[in-house]
Amino acid sequence: MGAKKIGKQTVRLSEGVRIISAASTVSKKEGEGPLGKYFDKVIEDSMFGEKSWELAESRFIRENMELAVQKAGLKMKDIDYLLCGDLLNQCIASTFGTIDFQIPFFGLYGACSTMGESMSLGAMLIDGGFANHTLVGASSHFCGAEKQFRAPLSLGNQRPPTSSWTVTGDGAVVLAKKGNFPCITEITTGKVMDMGITDANNMGAAMAPAAVDVLVNHFQDTGRTPQDYDVIATGDLGDIGRNLVVELMKKEGYTMYPTNDKGGQFTDCGIEIFDKNAQDTHCGGSGCACSAVTFCAFFYPKLMSGEIGRMLFIPTGALLSTTSSQQGQSIPGIAHGVVIEGCGGKEGK
Amino acid sequence: MDTSKRAKQEYDQMVKKASPNSPIFMDCIKAFFSGGLICGFGQLLLDYFNESYTEDEAALLVSITLIAIAAVLTGFGLYEKIGKHCGAGTIIPITGFANSVVSPAIEFKKEGLIFGTGAKMFILAGPVIVYGTLTSMLVGLIYYFVGR
Amino acid sequence: MLPFAKAFVVGGILCVIGQILIDKTKLTSGRILVLYVCVGCILGGIGIYQPIEEFGGAGATIPLTGFGFRLAEGVMKEVDSAGILGIFTGGLKAAAGGVTAAVVFAFIVALFANPKEK
Repeated sequence: MGAKKIGKQTVRLSEGVRIISAASTVSKKEGEGPLGKYFDKVIEDSMFGEKSWELAESRFIRENMELAVQKAGLKMKDIDYLLCGDLLNQCIASTFGTIDFQIPFFGLYGACSTMGESMSLGAMLIDGGFANHTLVGASSHFCGAEKQFRAPLSLGNQRPPTSSWTVTGDGAVVLAKKGNFPCITEITTGKVMDMGITDANNMGAAMAPAAVDVLVNHFQDTGRTPQDYDVIATGDLGDIGRNLVVELMKKEGYTMYPTNDKGGQFTDCGIEIFDKNAQDTHCGGSGCACSAVTFCAFFYPKLMSGEIGRMLFIPTGALLSTTSSQQGQSIPGIAHGVVIEGCGGKEGK
Repeated sequence: MDTSKRAKQEYDQMVKKASPNSPIFMDCIKAFFSGGLICGFGQLLLDYFNESYTEDEAALLVSITLIAIAAVLTGFGLYEKIGKHCGAGTIIPITGFANSVVSPAIEFKKEGLIFGTGAKMFILAGPVIVYGTLTSMLVGLIYYFVGR
Repeated sequence: MLPFAKAFVVGGILCVIGQILIDKTKLTSGRILVLYVCVGCILGGIGIYQPIEEFGGAGATIPLTGFGFRLAEGVMKEVDSAGILGIFTGGLKAAAGGVTAAVVFAFIVALFANPKEK
């Protein structure tokens, strides 16, 4: 077993890895949501002046990643590795979006958990001594995702109340060894979990068990409890998924208090990003960008200011394809936990 | 986490309890009135065409007119806005069939006119033609041997 | 009762049945359309849809069951006039106008329209 590994699924980074910048670029609907004022850039036209949804998503990635590097006060050539992914087949949005950067690239697929996956691996690369700077991120596009996974946009069908709304945008962070910045200290990597959910319009229910598995293993591996965190944020479980996590965790012997209770610490990026009643998003936001932009725009500044001392960030993903769905397979979920300590937080530095 | 068959069944129950159902009563009312309105409009068209055409021609003209209207509404992105509220009321009539042909034709235009629009036009409505044809053959076969 | 009202009621009821199927069974709209065409065709074949059509007029022919019904009527008429080969030609012949209209209008609209965000 590696020297940095603690327990079954968690690693503790020896010196911690700093998140030295975070950038988020979203589209109109996200900009109109409750987090609108926090995003770096809001692009009114979701086509972003491109010819297709796929190219638009690539442009979201390209411009936002450039912004992240610029905010870190670096140049592209200073980045040792680039890790990112999206929802499109063969991750084309990431490939075509980052082709001009010409830096060593690991393309990732973790469905909507990709931000957790890229942050985990990017931090491990630095902590392992393989890189000084890594650029990691994740993106999604509502229209591209609908086209690929569901139905043409102009089809007159109804979205059931359990469905969620794919976030359009890109979130990216630059990781480095040193500096007075929020610090990634531990990583709990999730397993693929399948509890037999087949309804592709109820992703929260499909992914909740994966989040629970990460939570339980994280607490067992580290010996902590949910109350040791100021914020626990899952990726895109939405209302139904979050409630299911609370229930499942109770069975496992842990009490999670949702943020809508006073003093609660457990929230979900999909709940934060949209006003589900005013914006008709039903269960909440989803997609790789959901957790990525919510982290970069909403949680990162709070970690920076010390308002959040310690955070457990758990992007969640549903690992289905249209092929697996049509062949009648159930929907496996995945989740990736990352612990981030804020500047001057609970444990201090 | 427990992933046994029993745990999965328990979880399934838990999910059913936690997931809100569609507002079926309101959905049905909207479907009734929107679907009814389309059919009523079709009847007015039918009566109009019946004045100067044979019965078969009039019926075909009604279909063509409704398909054209649905195609234009789909092109302007309006059919899905109506469909969001009307549900089956705008899916079941022939306008819904037209919408399911036009929407992929537009959506996959970016992949070219041959392999995009041309090939993907019937990704949703294709099965309707396939199974409609098969069923009609079955009906014809039975009719040929026993019906006449 | 006015023909308009009859069409309204019959068409409305057929849509409500579809709505219940969508909400209760999670069938997608594509599957519902297939189901409706097949059911309409079978009901036409066994002579049950004819009285519905006589009463409801456009209310029975505009919903997709009416499309199936037309296929059934077409194939039976063709069997009457052309014998066994009518099985091969009757159905699609009856559907030809509607399908061609859908193809033509879809193509024209696709030339001009671009996908729009919801």
